[in-house]
Amino acid sequence: MEDTGTVVAFWILATVTVGSALMTAAVRNLIHAVVFLIVSFVGVAGLYITLSADFVAVTQVLIYAGAISVLLLFAIVLTPRGSRDNAESFLRMPALVLALLTGATLGYVALDTEWSIAGRDGFEETASAIGEALLDRYVLPFEIASVLLLMAMLGAIVIVRPEGANEEGAE
Amino acid sequence: MRLDAKWYDLRDIGNAVGALLEQINDCGAPDWVPYVVSSLIGVVGILLWTVLSVLAFIWIERRVVGLMQNRIGPNRVGPFGLLQPVADAIKLLLKEAITTRNSDKVLFWLAPIVVFIPTLVIFAAIPFGEKMVLADLNVGVLFLIAIGSINTIAVFMAGWSSNNKYAMLGAMRTIAMLISYEIVQVLVLLGAVLFVGSMRLGDIVAWQDDYNTWLLFMQPLGLLGYVIAGAVEMNRSPMDIAEAESEIVAGYHTEYGGIKFGFFYQAEYLAGFGIAAIIVSLYMGGWTLWGLEDWVPGWLIFLAKMYGVFFIYIWFRGTLPRLRIDQLMGFAWKFLLPLALVNVLVTGGEVLLWQEAGLSAGEALPLFGVVNIALAGALVVGWAIALGHRSRERVAHRAILTNELGAIYYGEASPRL
Amino acid sequence: MSVDLEHYLIVGAILFATGLYLALAKRNFVGVLMGIELMFNAVNLTFVAFARFVESPNPLDGHVFVVFVITVAAAEAATALALAVLLYRVRDTIDVDRLDLLKW
Repeated sequence: MEDTGTVVAFWILATVTVGSALMTAAVRNLIHAVVFLIVSFVGVAGLYITLSADFVAVTQVLIYAGAISVLLLFAIVLTPRGSRDNAESFLRMPALVLALLTGATLGYVALDTEWSIAGRDGFEETASAIGEALLDRYVLPFEIASVLLLMAMLGAIVIVRPEGANEEGAE
Repeated sequence: MRLDAKWYDLRDIGNAVGALLEQINDCGAPDWVPYVVSSLIGVVGILLWTVLSVLAFIWIERRVVGLMQNRIGPNRVGPFGLLQPVADAIKLLLKEAITTRNSDKVLFWLAPIVVFIPTLVIFAAIPFGEKMVLADLNVGVLFLIAIGSINTIAVFMAGWSSNNKYAMLGAMRTIAMLISYEIVQVLVLLGAVLFVGSMRLGDIVAWQDDYNTWLLFMQPLGLLGYVIAGAVEMNRSPMDIAEAESEIVAGYHTEYGGIKFGFFYQAEYLAGFGIAAIIVSLYMGGWTLWGLEDWVPGWLIFLAKMYGVFFIYIWFRGTLPRLRIDQLMGFAWKFLLPLALVNVLVTGGEVLLWQEAGLSAGEALPLFGVVNIALAGALVVGWAIALGHRSRERVAHRAILTNELGAIYYGEASPRL
Repeated sequence: MSVDLEHYLIVGAILFATGLYLALAKRNFVGVLMGIELMFNAVNLTFVAFARFVESPNPLDGHVFVVFVITVAAAEAATALALAVLLYRVRDTIDVDRLDLLKW
């Protein structure tokens, strides 16, 4: 992809995304960390748009920035005595070494492999093709995913029900 | 359909912009210049128009609600109170924007901005005319829903950073409300998209123009669900639990004053215009009016329809009492969600029938419209009765002494003592 | 100056490494979950980059897989956060340092 707009957009979005992800690890306030995570999610959605994946980008904003972030924030609010200072546990040095090694390995593999690049332009419209694939070739995972979501929803509700809840229509 | 598409053809301002871009191209500018110029024109146009509309509607809303409540609205500042929005704006700019002491300063400063920006971004995807769309996205409908879902984060940031338990409580209630009605919104808009077969807003308006019908006749359940879900997304009465002055002071924007409150205020109006614009584009034909757009500019028709729909929301505010939070949530999950699911099922069946049986549009669409409207009426009444809402005999008796003085006893023929 | 597959893969690798660090090193359980979500995002970005650039009979399979990953991530976040709330209710803490009943 060589046109100026995409290149400029990629560099800005990549800087914002990676910067916010690193700030999530570095900042000393848990709520600020979640806000930086949300910025990172929206940045990744922007990167999807530079890759002409419009449906996936909008789904990312809708689900990640709109719903999962709210879940994270609610979990923080409902656990008041949990440590809110985004501290690291006693494993931080091994974790740092492992993360750096993993990143380096992935980066080396990415740069060294001969990918078979197809010389095509971006996609025109992905939503209809994704929809057809979901109901044509991937219908079984689609149905299993819906059952999984139902189980997760029911499980989450059952887990956090307060003890001794009254049986007559607690909502 | 267009008589002549010259630059002075004001029926579609996109003609003038297109002529300007051709001039720039002829001058030999690099490739990205026309793109940037057209985006700038669109952005500046939307900003100017939204600011002016909000100023106008501050006055219109307060006068109209006042007249509905049998009182005159503001009439002191200028003739007929027409300068009241200017006075409001000056007051908000000059008031001190207090930042509370233990609040989270960065989030406190950021929350009004994050509330305001999505409401502006909605207007980027909405077609004001045939060539007057800032970004005619292929996933336009889903984009509008996703932008609306960013509102939840902004509300949380506002409530949390105020360091005020009532603000936090108001924010929690608002978020619960918003996420429940987001699901209703998605399912309801899915019905409209199923009929058209595309998520592009330009395609949806073109479909309504080609088949000479409005989607609200095809999707009455959809319109009902979206009008209610839209009222909730706007945090507007009768669902203004967030800012119920009698209950929770001002909900998640209690601690905000001055221009920060001005951002919330303007964001509420802009969200209202955005929801009205979505309803007009999806259900009421957008900028077309069965051929009138050949004489009257399309964007004028669009604005007239949009202001009409917003007037209906002002009407709701003036007449309906406020809903309680549990009534609101029960309504979403137990009433609107099953109806939206049935709507998707029936719509899908109809579209399949239309394609498989090879019916022409002239016979299929009126049939579907009649079936959908009848089904909508039957479902709304039937499901309400199945959930236990019956219309009660309301006979007021003389006041009897119950636990509270002044109680009027409804419902039964003889009062229980 | 052009943008190729390698650029996106490097961004994905950095995001994955950051997510891995968060998942392993944070003391708060919600911090660990943030790391896991970052790792999901990195993997999704890699999938979409491959779908765009690499030759394939069905290039949009990458996008379908991303939709499934987002779905499963949402389900997992909901369940994990419900567990976090319950754990807080029982043990009055969410520090992973102190949730060590299964140690010897």
